[in-house]
This record gives sequence, C-alpha cells and structure tokens, in this order.
Amino acid sequence: MKREPLIEVHGAAAPLLRDDVDTDQIIPSAYLKDMNADMAQGLLAYMRRTPDGQVNHDFVLERPAFKATPILIVGSNFGCGSSREHAVWAIKAFGIRCVIGVAMADFFRENCVNNGVLPISLELPAWSELSQWAVAAEGQQALHVDLARGVIKTDAGQQWPFEIASHARTLLMEGLDDIGLSLKHMSAIEAWEARTARQRPFMQSCAAIST
Amino acid sequence: MTHTLFDKIWALHHVDTRADGKHLLYMDRHAVHELHAPHAFGLLDESERRVRRTDLTMVVQDHTVPTRPGVIRISPHIQATLQAGLRHGVKVLDVNDPEHGIVHVVTPELGISLPGLTLACPDSHASTVGAIGCLAFGCGTTELVHVLSTQVMAMEKPRQMRIWLDGSMSDWLNAKDVALALIRRMGVSAARGTAVEYCGPVVEAMDIESRMTLCNMTIEWGGRTCLIAPDEKTIAWCKGRRGAPQGQAWDEALAWWRTLHTDAKAVFDEEHHLDCTDLSPQLTWGTDPAQVIGINEAVPQPMALGASAQERATRALAYMAVKAGQSLDGLAIDRVFIGSCSNARLPDLRTAARVVQGRQVAAGVQALVVPGSSTIKRQAEAEGLDQIFLQAGFEWHEAGCSMCAGANGDIGSPGQRCVATSNRNFENRQGRDVRTHLASPAMAAAAAIAGHLTDVRRLMETPA
Repeated sequence: MKREPLIEVHGAAAPLLRDDVDTDQIIPSAYLKDMNADMAQGLLAYMRRTPDGQVNHDFVLERPAFKATPILIVGSNFGCGSSREHAVWAIKAFGIRCVIGVAMADFFRENCVNNGVLPISLELPAWSELSQWAVAAEGQQALHVDLARGVIKTDAGQQWPFEIASHARTLLMEGLDDIGLSLKHMSAIEAWEARTARQRPFMQSCAAIST
Repeated sequence: MTHTLFDKIWALHHVDTRADGKHLLYMDRHAVHELHAPHAFGLLDESERRVRRTDLTMVVQDHTVPTRPGVIRISPHIQATLQAGLRHGVKVLDVNDPEHGIVHVVTPELGISLPGLTLACPDSHASTVGAIGCLAFGCGTTELVHVLSTQVMAMEKPRQMRIWLDGSMSDWLNAKDVALALIRRMGVSAARGTAVEYCGPVVEAMDIESRMTLCNMTIEWGGRTCLIAPDEKTIAWCKGRRGAPQGQAWDEALAWWRTLHTDAKAVFDEEHHLDCTDLSPQLTWGTDPAQVIGINEAVPQPMALGASAQERATRALAYMAVKAGQSLDGLAIDRVFIGSCSNARLPDLRTAARVVQGRQVAAGVQALVVPGSSTIKRQAEAEGLDQIFLQAGFEWHEAGCSMCAGANGDIGSPGQRCVATSNRNFENRQGRDVRTHLASPAMAAAAAIAGHLTDVRRLMETPA
C-alpha cells in the first residue's frame, strides 16, 4: 500500500487559531455513523454550517481564498480526544496536506503520518510569527513547506525551520507502507512468539477468544 | 534492579527496533470495535493481507449499537463488521452474545485483558484496563491494520510520569471525582506522549472498577497509556475469568504478577501528588475535562486564568450558558446519562441505585442507565437494580456506548443540559449544542432526582 510521496506543500495557509480543537469538532459523530459519509463536508462541520445547514461564510474554511487550502494552521493540542482516524480522513478529503500547530495530540499526529498528511509542531515564538503572517496574507500569498529541508518559507523570504521525527519524515517522503517496514522483522516476531509460548504459554493463547 | 512497572512490561514485549528508530512492541491481545473494523478489514483486503493471529484478536460491537430496549440492534457498521469477521475468521462478540458490551468493559470481564499483558485497541480509552496492570495502547485505523498484519505495534517509547493519590476519599466520592480534580490540576495536555502510573493510598483503597474509571480518564489529559500495579485485589478480580490461565499456569502467572510493581529507586520523568482527603464532588462547567470545579465552588472568572485558558474559558462559558462566578448547584438540567466505559460497571450502578431508591426523577428530566456490558446488566437485574431505576423513572437500556459519543443516535437536542458519567464534555459531542457536565454516577443520579445540579451528599441527608 504505497502512497504518493509528500515532499513539498505549496499554497494558501488557512489560520484556525484555536487551542484544543478536539476530534469531535474535527469530525462530528454524525459523520461516523454513515459508512459512506462525505468526509470533506464533515470536516469541522459545525463550525462551517449552522444547525439548519446555512454556510457560515465568516469561517476560515468557507472563505473563497481557503476553499482549496492545502495548509491549515491550528493552535495548540489540535486533534485531542479520540483516536478516530476519521479526523485525518476528513482533513485529507478537504485537500489539506499539512497541519501546522503547537504540540499536537499524539493520536492525531500519528494518524496524519499514516495518511500522508504532514503534521508540524512549532515552538510558540515561530508559531506566533507564522500565524500572524497567515492572518495578514488572507490566502493571497503562498506558503511553502519543504519537508526535505525542514523549513517553512514565504515568498517574501521569511523562514521558520521545523523538526519532525526521522521515521515520520521517511514515511511521508517515500510514501512508505509502515506495515511493510515492520514485516521485515517477521523472523524476530516469530522468535518472540516461540520463546513466549515456551516460557508463558497463556500469553500466546486465549480461551476467551478461541472458544 | 530499578525498573518501573511500565519498563518491566515494555521490556518483556520489546521484539525489535526498526531502522527508523521505532520500537516493535508485541501485542498479546487485540480488541477492535465496529467503528473501525469495516475500514480496517477493507484496507487489509485491499493490500491482500490476512489477520496474522485470529486466535488473539476479537471484534466487539459497541459504538453504534442502538441500546433502547426493544429496538433491533443493527447498524451498517455492525453488519459490515459481522461480514468482515466471517471473511477473516475473527471472533465477533455480536450484539446478541450474552457477553456483549463496551470493548473496555468486556475485555477485562472475559479475562482477555490480564496483568502484565499488552493490549492493542483502536480507541483512545484503551488504557482503561491499565487498572489491572494490562499495558494497553489506543490507535487509529492504519495502526490497527498494522497490528492485524503483524501482531506488533510500532511506536516511540513514551516518557513516564507517576501520580500519587494521597489521603483518603470521603463518602459519596468516586474515582471520577479524583480523575476530574487531577485533570483540573494538570491540564488537558499534561500527559501527552506519556505513560502514567497511578499509585498511593487512594489507589490502593479503590476497588478494581474504580481504578478502571481513573485509568479511563487518562487520555483526557493527553496520556498515551497508564498502569496501576496489580495487587491482591487485582488477582482476586481476575481469578476464574474465562481468558485467565488455569491450574498450574495460574500459579505461575501469580508468581510473575507479584513482581509487577515499580522498584523502590526507579526514576520517573515527572511525579505529582494530589491529596484527595478534602475533595468535594467534582463536575465540569465547561467544554474540556480540565474545566472542573467542586459542587461547592463558583465557576471561575476567565480573567483569573492564563491568557490561552482565558479565551477558551470565555468560549466555554458562552457554549455552556453559565456565568463566571455562579455556582453550578441549582442549575436546571434536561438529561442524565449513566453509562460509558468510564462509569457503567456494577459498583457504579449500585451507587446510583442507592441515590435513586425510593425517589423519583424530576419532571421534565430524561434519565437513562446504559450498563457497560450485558453481563453487568444481568448482574444488576439479579440484584433488582433495574427495578429501582425503572420505578424511579429512569430508562434501563441494553449495553453499549450510547450517549457517550452519540454514534448510535442517542443524542440530546440543541440547548439541552446533560449530566453524564462519560468522559468527554466536548462541544456537540452528545448532540449539536448539547451542554454536557461530567460527573460521578452518584452526582448524576442526584441531578436526575433534583432536576438540577446538586450535591449528592446533601440530597442523601434527607431520607427518601
């Protein structure tokens, strides 16, 4: 299951500068109930639309400049709450390939990498500068995220370096299949199982499952 | 030797380290639920991979199960999960199984989760079973496919934090009150990337079900996983469960489990203490689980909080329609939900029934009890708890996640105020514009009777 590699992301950067946006906000449970729900519509659905379905044109993702934004700038602890991967599916379905925030929630960050979405956590000073730039740019200027060099740039020459775990960088840049990487260790897994089955057989079998 | 409890279980399950630095940790058991199963098995089919260890994998139906009595319990997810289970030869604990229930409730009940074992479960509340010393990791769908294909999880080693719960808990206080007080103190992201160990006299005094409530809430302050060292209570609780070892294997397991504790000189990245002695019943006033006060306190002034918390608090006050400085005591409510993997086990239902017995749900309040599993439901019925709830005007439901996440359609209407024993008070979680106050089962039951938020201790001073 090789994915399209993600090396650079260029384009508008939508500022959603709130902290602690949880997964129930990113993808409301109404969109989990339906197995074939339109995930792009589900993304931040209740911020984008009123209960009677009216579009909230003031909301950042509903403004014309950000309708096809590939970059989303968020506050701290984005994606907290549930481990639902649907949150990242919704982001990706909308067309976003890079989320930049301050210290993202663990599950969300991992789910991003597994879906070819680049999660970037910046230190607060850099994040503040970048978010101020994004608010001022209003989607009229492009942001350039260069994963290979680990830097975010504007056309005017502003730069913010970022760090990302090396395994995440490799997975994203090569579009690698994480499972494939682990399957290379099958002999170690089998050896572990054989050893454990000898030492503590009950760990390798479960009467409550097999019967 | 100076190892933490976490180190000991981690080391035993460490299979290998990948070239990219990720550790491969063996997952002794794998429990999946139907919100993820159809997607995960679909991805497995696409990649033409198989479930490596069907004998260690089980699928549970919980999130989308209609729990209202008399309603046919089926959903597209449930159906697709059954088909996927058949196709891949994986056991599905279906809605009509007598042991069906919420995944975090049934895996320890069936002895699938056990001390010293690892468990993978595609759900953020996986760490509930840390209460019996089972090291559990939540994950998303892709990682779930990874575990199905390999039986290992690829991860970074978490930091470690120890939480000491000191003092003692007074009457009518629940592990939920302790968890909420702790999250209030620590903030919603304090345990990000961290494995937490809970210990101290309050933890030792708790029954296993209370420890599950405490561990269940770990993700609500960002924790990757958590553990409580197994003790004699844990061993007694696990004994005789279907998945537990028997005979000589049980004796050998015991000898091992008794070594599963943090050594005296082991070092944590962080340690914190919380004295529980003078805690009053806690409840959330806002829209994150750190926005908590005691029932005898006033809703904080946003000005008194830090800059970032201030903005959040202001938004939360507006959403919740409460004012800074006001008391929550007396605030009228519309709904009460006693259920979820956080607080729907037998002792929770017994406590709520003690509050409810001989009293009536206030006019205009819709109150429901949703047991965590069918086993708990049967046990509660054998004790007559269902009759206590029904006579008081509660609905008595079939087991499932129900109104916790609302993925089965059990949601409130816009503007309704709900007291819930579940774990998340996020905006719109229990229905669009529904205002959720998290509380213990006793506090939720008391609110149902009073028709407003109230101190259960005061309610119980007056005879029914």
